[in-house]
Amino acid sequence: MAVVLTDKGEFTLEATDGLCVSAADAETVTGWRLKPEGMCRDELCVPLAGDARRDGKVDIATFWRGLGHPVVSDPQGDAWVLGTAAESRATALSGLEAPNFTLPDLAGVSHSLSELRGKKVFLTTWASW
Amino acid sequence: MPVWQQLFDGLKTENFAIVAVAEESGGADLARPWIAQANPAYPCLIDVDHRVAALYGMVNVPQCVWIDETGHIVRPPETAGSTDHFRRMDPVTRTLSAEHQAARTAARASYLDAVRDWVRTGRYALDADLAREKLPRITRDMVIADANFRLGIWLRRNGRWAEAAPFLAEASRLHPDSWNIWRQAADKNEAGLAAGPEFWDRVRALGDRPYYPPPDLPGF
Repeated sequence: MAVVLTDKGEFTLEATDGLCVSAADAETVTGWRLKPEGMCRDELCVPLAGDARRDGKVDIATFWRGLGHPVVSDPQGDAWVLGTAAESRATALSGLEAPNFTLPDLAGVSHSLSELRGKKVFLTTWASW
Repeated sequence: MPVWQQLFDGLKTENFAIVAVAEESGGADLARPWIAQANPAYPCLIDVDHRVAALYGMVNVPQCVWIDETGHIVRPPETAGSTDHFRRMDPVTRTLSAEHQAARTAARASYLDAVRDWVRTGRYALDADLAREKLPRITRDMVIADANFRLGIWLRRNGRWAEAAPFLAEASRLHPDSWNIWRQAADKNEAGLAAGPEFWDRVRALGDRPYYPPPDLPGF
């Protein structure tokens, strides 16, 4: 089993040989679907390198790196971060639309920035440290 | 936080919201006493992964973003009223001179005045070109740092502190300007602050560079 941390959340899934996972898990974690022509999302397909596809499984670490995103794992390969490329972050900001996020309050209730559309919002960070 | 509550109280009749995000990898319990004390009427969210910092390119707290009614950034991340006066504290008594204390208080008041002006009149909202120009530049090293930080704090959360250390160190090495990353990872004193000798060494190493870059607003 491996834990994979992405912008979408934390996933625990069956993985072998690094981060080779089933096509279904690959889609859940990455948002890309395995097809004969490669990994596809909407109309876009990206060819998979030969060694990233094994016995119907997908090495999503290799695939993710191939998209230009950072990938980091612990030495045992049981915890992985599939990060987000600088270009993706920068593109999200350059349109000036405030990137949305959903986070819990102390009671565990989720709040999304997008719920405040229609108001001026003062978004501030702080920390105990 | 009590300051934001006062700001919120004074703008209750306006179409205005505050969202306070605690960049708190140690979990909600570390933020809880502060939130309880401020008793805020606006949402206080807990961000254990520093996700908001990563999305917006924030490097310290408190940093603020002003967002208009259409969901667009009209002031990218900037220091929310804090100043570098703390660097002039007496190293023994940890106190500020009356003059520096007054200057610090005045700067904070100016910042809150600017927020109120913006909410009521739209003043100080930057036009799109200027807002875009002031966006933080997100680099490849920064996003690799974020990935290392995320793994490091996940390992810590799962009791694997020793394994976390090299990832947190790598995150700080790749993104040395991020006080969020460094202070979150650093040892805390009995008050829960990352304000030991190493912190002060890092602050001194800034030289003429600011710890809290002043916002481009009156009073700074």
